[in-house]
Amino acid sequence: MKFLHLVFLNLRRKRTRTALTLGSFLVSLFLFGILMTIKTALGSGVDVAGADRLIVRNRVSLIQPLPFAYRERILQVPHVREATFASWFGGYYQDMKNFFPNFAIDVERYRLVYPEYKFSDEEWRAFVEDREGCVISPPLAKKFGWKIGDRIPLEATIWGGTWEFNVRAIYETDRKELTSPELWFHYDYLDERRAFFKGLVGWYIVKIDDPANAVEVAAAIDDRFENSPYESKTETEKAFAAGFANQIGNIRLLILSIGSVVFFTLLLVTGNTMASAVRERTGELAVLKTIGMNDTTVLFLVMAESIVVAAIGGGAGLALAKLFTLRGDPTGGMLPNFYLATRSLGLGFVLALAAGAAAGIIPAMGAMRLKIVDALRRV
Amino acid sequence: MVRVDGKGSGALVEIRSLDKKYHRGGEEIDVLRGLNLDVDAGEFIAFMGPSGSGKTTLLNLIGGIDTPSSGMVRIAGDEISKLSGRKLAAWRARHIGFIFQMYNLIPVLTAFQNVQLPLLLTNLSKTERRKHVEAALDLVGLTDRMQHYPRQLSGGQEQRVAIARAIVADPSILLCDEPTGDLDRAAGDEILDIISRLSKEFKKTIFLVTHDPVAAKRAGTLLHLDKGTLLECTTDGEFACKPEDSGK
Repeated sequence: MKFLHLVFLNLRRKRTRTALTLGSFLVSLFLFGILMTIKTALGSGVDVAGADRLIVRNRVSLIQPLPFAYRERILQVPHVREATFASWFGGYYQDMKNFFPNFAIDVERYRLVYPEYKFSDEEWRAFVEDREGCVISPPLAKKFGWKIGDRIPLEATIWGGTWEFNVRAIYETDRKELTSPELWFHYDYLDERRAFFKGLVGWYIVKIDDPANAVEVAAAIDDRFENSPYESKTETEKAFAAGFANQIGNIRLLILSIGSVVFFTLLLVTGNTMASAVRERTGELAVLKTIGMNDTTVLFLVMAESIVVAAIGGGAGLALAKLFTLRGDPTGGMLPNFYLATRSLGLGFVLALAAGAAAGIIPAMGAMRLKIVDALRRV
Repeated sequence: MVRVDGKGSGALVEIRSLDKKYHRGGEEIDVLRGLNLDVDAGEFIAFMGPSGSGKTTLLNLIGGIDTPSSGMVRIAGDEISKLSGRKLAAWRARHIGFIFQMYNLIPVLTAFQNVQLPLLLTNLSKTERRKHVEAALDLVGLTDRMQHYPRQLSGGQEQRVAIARAIVADPSILLCDEPTGDLDRAAGDEILDIISRLSKEFKKTIFLVTHDPVAAKRAGTLLHLDKGTLLECTTDGEFACKPEDSGK
């Protein structure tokens, strides 16, 4: 610690070089932060998926519907406790850029399958009793300044026309990943007014008695609808959410690839900087050894310089990424859970420090092995 | 007392049968050959000799920053050629102060911070370190330049800071490698005055490598090094070196 000031003074010698190295860490960790945010946003459904819930959808694709009548047949499958359904609505408020997820739900049973969403009984009752009623999430209420009693017009991209809803409830949850901007309304309202797909639903959500029976139940449901006009594909909610996220591509591989390239580039840039710094200060390092500094301390002194750059640059990059994500979803609803998780921040900072340490280790070893006599001869 | 015949005993510095070889381009160069030297505490010795005669090499071996090819260097009872790197570094911090021709100050540190460097390796408190640094800078007459950076000092002042750095931890031995080689006569004399004072008043054992006969005259003993061997010489007028087996 006594030599920490020397580390900072050394970094101030070549300010442009230090600024550029800091900048490379800043940009890299900012990019890392944004990528992790996107990954979190795309995978948020996976994180919140219940282990005891299955999703039943049309085998052809998610946009193909299933008959409303399937519910009763699903309930007959052993180990099934409850079944509810939902349908994608695809409406937007005033402008396409204001898009957010909205779908019609089975008002009677949706709450039974998703107990993690909390409502006051009064608000829920008001929603159930109003055919044009809707439930919104706190972020949506905040985004547009909506409150209970407001009437909201949505433009329907699939069904056409302007649909109006009354805000009757705002759910609460203590899980941040569940609070994306979204709106639910009555399936009956949708089915009554739409011109096609009547009597059909988007997908079923099935609650089972034990997650251990998931494979058995999924197979039983799909067997039941085999060779019908609406064959089904049943999978766990987690697998469904992951599959939904992967429609965009293999996000994990993408992030890993970009992260690896960034990490490798950082190693080269910082390693080169540190090697130059050590070369320039060969004589000074020799003097430090001459006055009694041992090889290990010299090693740590050089390593510390590299790690301090990584910590400052990387920390600033992550802080900027955090600030950027605080502004919310920049895509207008495509990435509702757009936030940089503390875990990702921690991971980014550890990676930055690791990059700093890895970049500094070779120059530091060189400094450690430096022979005083040889170094003094070069002065 | 200083002896070059290897017959002394119990001296502060004892060197026996010291060999140092360098390998350069497949060629083996004998820099020091079977060198013996005994130096008691408080002596002021000057080494002279032609370039490449091994003066700096001998100084480096005494200071423990180079290792002998064979032979023994024992200082204050420690056979330093057998110490590990870590122990040798600690030993250097305790016993040796180096003064180089090119000062070798750290440019980003002030005079005060440069002098303080050796004390950062000790357990002294900040207040104690400050006292020591101020005393060292006072001794070299630079208390008014404490907060100046090396680039704001003259060559002579830089060398005085280097001397303060060398003595701040109160080592028993000072190794001076041509400390006036880069200075004009006036500045060089100031430096030599300080070194002489360190010898006389503070009883430091001083080894001075120099090409300058005027500087060498400040020493109590002049040793001439040529072709890897030592001869003791008089320091007044023309060199008159005694035979190798004589003692002082």
